[in-house]
Amino acid sequence: MRAMFYVLSAASLLVLASCATEEQKPAATAPVEGKPGAPQEVQTQPVKPVTPGKPGASPFAALKDPSNILSKRSVYFEFDKFDVKPEFRPLVEAHAKFLRENPSAKMLIQGNADERGSREYNVGLGQRRSDAVKKMLTLLGAREDQIEAVSLGEEKPSCAEHTEDCWAKNRRDDMLYSGEY
Amino acid sequence: MTRLLAFLLFWIPAAHAQLTIEITGAGAQRIPIAIVPFAGEAALPPGIGTIVRADLERSGLFRGLELPPLVPEPTEATSINYSEWRSRLADALLVGSVQQRPDGRFEVRFRVHDVVKQQPLGGIAYTLNKDQARATAHRISDFVYEKLTGEKGVFSTRIAYVVKRGNRYELQIADYDGANAETALASFEPIISPVWSPDGKRVAYVSFENKKPVVYIHSLADGRRHVVANFKGSNSAPAWTPDGNRLAVVLSREGGSQLFMINADGSGVRRLASSTAIDTEPRFSPDGQSIYFTSDRGGTPQIYRMPASGGEPQRVTFEGSYNVSPRISPDGKTLAYITRNDAKFQVALLDLSTRQVQILTDSDRDESPSFSPNGRMILLATVIGERGVLSAVSADGRVKQRLSTAAGDVREPAWGPFIE
Repeated sequence: MRAMFYVLSAASLLVLASCATEEQKPAATAPVEGKPGAPQEVQTQPVKPVTPGKPGASPFAALKDPSNILSKRSVYFEFDKFDVKPEFRPLVEAHAKFLRENPSAKMLIQGNADERGSREYNVGLGQRRSDAVKKMLTLLGAREDQIEAVSLGEEKPSCAEHTEDCWAKNRRDDMLYSGEY
Repeated sequence: MTRLLAFLLFWIPAAHAQLTIEITGAGAQRIPIAIVPFAGEAALPPGIGTIVRADLERSGLFRGLELPPLVPEPTEATSINYSEWRSRLADALLVGSVQQRPDGRFEVRFRVHDVVKQQPLGGIAYTLNKDQARATAHRISDFVYEKLTGEKGVFSTRIAYVVKRGNRYELQIADYDGANAETALASFEPIISPVWSPDGKRVAYVSFENKKPVVYIHSLADGRRHVVANFKGSNSAPAWTPDGNRLAVVLSREGGSQLFMINADGSGVRRLASSTAIDTEPRFSPDGQSIYFTSDRGGTPQIYRMPASGGEPQRVTFEGSYNVSPRISPDGKTLAYITRNDAKFQVALLDLSTRQVQILTDSDRDESPSFSPNGRMILLATVIGERGVLSAVSADGRVKQRLSTAAGDVREPAWGPFIE
């Protein structure tokens, strides 16, 4: 909710006047003689820039012990697949247990897709992945209202190269707790 | 198809990153037009005639003739010796003048002539400030284009697109040719799916600034914006109804990615369709009666059409295993979309009556097609040399253009409507 906007350049407002262009439409049959008609104002539309505030660091100390499985947050998926692979089941179970034992804890699951194809369809694919982990967590006893499953589509890759290795890293859910996002 | 007929590099000094346009193909039959430098246009650099010529040539429908120095320079007030212009092989002639007024403002007058029919087609006089020279030249281009082709020009329209530089995302608004780019929104999180309101005053888009996709409407003139859809889960893929009062959006609040309608002020959300598939990328037909959208209900993502009031969807695309991002043409007769051929993503055009499909591009990572408001060109994002660029192709596939910036990735183009 750091949706603080600030004006980048108010000067741009001054560049252009307000809306509505008037284009005189001379009739095709009535060519303009001698002098064209009365001069018209040329008007253009301004664009006022705004920018959301830069997110600041908001450290969240819990769940960060590297020796604890709870410090692991990512679940990876096969190409065009949305089921949680067996190797990630212990990780999801551990987080389900944490959510059960800490009823006030809230989790955001961000689903991701690799970069190939439509950005919006990839939002859909990422959503399928985050929905899958959310469903597993709730089946394991976490409350539905503790978890929000969203998608970042292909917009936040953890790996930027255009290779299968990289794409595999980007077909991923990240589980974040309150204060971590 | 991609005959290299013209090559144009057009530099525009502007505060922000500029797009430059390179024409890489042009129509077969171009109208030869003589554009005489407007008398006195040195006061309005780079010159009205220069901008008009660039506009008309960029359309792929005109060819500007090289002219010898003319003494005296003809203007809109000169009586025209048509046979002389015919001998220069001109089918059309544009003459005009620029005068500075005592108050420091300028007057630009012009007249366009049909040299073949030996008659003037009309002209206009404009009053402008110096910084409105480009806008004025585009108005003149629109006038000339409409007089000579019978269809509306898009030279005064604007485009929206997203530039990514490092971890910074900017939603920019520029003239159709990339000039006068201004940043409407700058963010450290992604911005996708900008779409213009039908009146051209607002842009709806998806911003990830709250760590999830949220749909906003942004008023360009005053920079005010408001949340349209920020429900639990993801909110994305906005599409305006033709009357600009409502939007179709994709929400995951009830699970999955599903189509909903919502008022532009964020009220009145209601579900439009129900499936276990991903339903996304809605677009209204120009008459508002149908919604085209992407769905993988049949196993692969394909384009479907359903009544805007809800009802049974019908599949529209059949060739290939990946057809996404439907965009209906302004006349409602053709559908542009992205199709995957082998590993190539390209712009395809489907004639909705004959069912014929034509691949329009020869690039391989195309995204986000967007029709010009007269339906003649399609703007798209593609990747060249690992950098996102914008490109445009005519709906007949003949004219190709590339728009690129000096720095940063450019993506998510959206061509704005005609401004009345």
